[in-house]
Amino acid sequence: MPTAIDSSNVGTDLLLEMYRTMLRIRRFEEEVADLVEASEVKCPCHLYIGQEAVATGVCAALDKEDYVWGGHRSHGHYLAKGGNMDAMMAEVFGRLTGCSGGRGGSMHLFAPEVGIFGTVPLVSATIPLAVGSALAAKLRGERRVTVSFFGDGATEEGHFHESMNMAAVYRLPVIFVCENNFYSSHLGLLERRAEDNIYQAGEAHAISGVRIDGNDVLTVYKATADAVGLARCGVGPTLLECRTYRWRGHVGPSWDMDVGVKRKDELKDWLAKDPVARVSTLLFDRGIDESRLAQIDRAARAEVGNAVAFARESPYPDKSTLAEHVFYSEKEVC
Amino acid sequence: MRMLTYAEAIREAVVQLLSSDPRVFVFGQGLWSPWYVGTTMKNIDKEFGRQRIMDSPVSENATTGAAIGAAIVGMRPIVVHPRMDFMLLAVDPIVNQAANWSYMFAGQVGVPVVIRAIINRGGEQAAQHSQALQGTFMHIPGLKVVMPSTPYDAKGLLIAAVQDGNPVMYIDDRWLYEETGEVPPEMYTVPIGSAAVRRRGSAVTIVATSYMAAQAVKAVDVLAEHGIDPELIDLRSIKPWDRERVLESVRKTGRLVVADAAWQTCGVAAEIVATISCEAFKDLLAPIARVCLPDVPAPMSEPLEKAYYIGAADIVSAVEKVLVPKEQAWSTKSHSLIQEHTISD
Repeated sequence: MPTAIDSSNVGTDLLLEMYRTMLRIRRFEEEVADLVEASEVKCPCHLYIGQEAVATGVCAALDKEDYVWGGHRSHGHYLAKGGNMDAMMAEVFGRLTGCSGGRGGSMHLFAPEVGIFGTVPLVSATIPLAVGSALAAKLRGERRVTVSFFGDGATEEGHFHESMNMAAVYRLPVIFVCENNFYSSHLGLLERRAEDNIYQAGEAHAISGVRIDGNDVLTVYKATADAVGLARCGVGPTLLECRTYRWRGHVGPSWDMDVGVKRKDELKDWLAKDPVARVSTLLFDRGIDESRLAQIDRAARAEVGNAVAFARESPYPDKSTLAEHVFYSEKEVC
Repeated sequence: MRMLTYAEAIREAVVQLLSSDPRVFVFGQGLWSPWYVGTTMKNIDKEFGRQRIMDSPVSENATTGAAIGAAIVGMRPIVVHPRMDFMLLAVDPIVNQAANWSYMFAGQVGVPVVIRAIINRGGEQAAQHSQALQGTFMHIPGLKVVMPSTPYDAKGLLIAAVQDGNPVMYIDDRWLYEETGEVPPEMYTVPIGSAAVRRRGSAVTIVATSYMAAQAVKAVDVLAEHGIDPELIDLRSIKPWDRERVLESVRKTGRLVVADAAWQTCGVAAEIVATISCEAFKDLLAPIARVCLPDVPAPMSEPLEKAYYIGAADIVSAVEKVLVPKEQAWSTKSHSLIQEHTISD
């Protein structure tokens, strides 16, 4: 694994911005965990706590018009790319004002204004779709790139391999970001594949594969920036294996319900690698005082609080609209 | 009026779509071949370039998924599956993704993709080179399914499908490729969801799809020669299907035969029959008949194939069954209006 990059190359403003994004994700997810525990939120929520550096580092290297596709655990991707927090919270609450009009919930997020045309929970399903948006950009002669976020489980699907080959053969501007958190639901990585070698799948498809520390936001940022450079100049796709860990269970707020006691020891190690704390340490070393960091945290908490209030005040979709939107009609769009 | 074959009509639609809309591209296996998808794509790559006519890797799933992703961000792809059987490797992108996308995101974006699924059967190709799966895809909300039977509709429905803005499965049957018919040279559309009445009549309603609609044209000639006056409806669109047109016809004739060259169970014919039973039961003068394939995989050996596939003669036989006088209709006694008929394919 490459060693962490020299953080002095990244400006303090950008680092502060990344810290802010990571905290917004963290506080959002903690709130959702509480809401699920209190049964106020009922849809399946797959929390991103512990993985914030991946979404944040990747999206910091992208432009607003670049495309991002995600999966079931995509709250972090949505916020990092610039999606509206109120709209996501309202969606999690199943409200009409949600980013998907209350028809998707946590697992279906949509923010086309920042390049998110859908995150969906069918494992690996958006990988070929990401190849398609990269193909569209290439056919149209655009400079935008596409990022496909998926977990380690998705690399066991045929979608992944077909998509890698296709992206390679057409040299498409797509970056495959595998967030390897070592579990697919309850099952550990080495119970599902013979070797811990996801990044090498790139090589098999003539794609550069890079394994990085996914809990180090600067490493993620730098690796993504390199991949974006290759994609924009027509060299083609990159596979990034970002090694990280989800602190909570596969779905919902529990800490280790899915995998039992064995995971507790691992979790202790990974809690010590908290990606958010690592950035606050870096900022502190650069002379940013604690009160400034605390202010960022207060702002994130306030934003989450406002989002919850917005969601609670928002109406549910009317039952008379049950059959609307089965087919798309341009007339329907405001 | 100019005559074209069904295959030529498809090709002309593709050429006109590519010429008129820069968002259109074609993606699938065999597109650079002069024969892989009949002649429907012949030399189009030479005219429009291989960036827009992409002969894909052997990856139905990624090809279909990539087309859907491109459609979501504003392109108008036509995905070609030279055999519908192989398209089953792409069921996730078609059913889980394309069909659900508009609904999952509350109609904020459409998926303007056309999935061209070719039925390619007969000739001892057996079970995995023969399937007609329109019933399976008719089941899925959010997916439109069309099945033209004439060159005119082959062109007009393909253009309508690309312009629709929703995922449309366009199913063409290679047994129809040599059919000829009048096709206007200009671009035109045939509305999705609208059936065509091929013959007006009063004795019995025949509803048929695709290849069986072409066979039904032959069948009604035979029936007419025997003094029977059938109404023939070519469904053209499987989903949405023209319920009003069919209901209106059955209310008039009181008798119905549905012909669909696919498996009977949960198929297109089953849905039509169920709808008529629910909504026009009192108008029926006799039990309905279905002309479908038996629930058996496609066989190989020629004698078995002959026993398996259906055609005009089967439609004629089915009409005979439903044309019993009303007073005998609900008894089990056999009845024959036409003693002999010969139909060649």
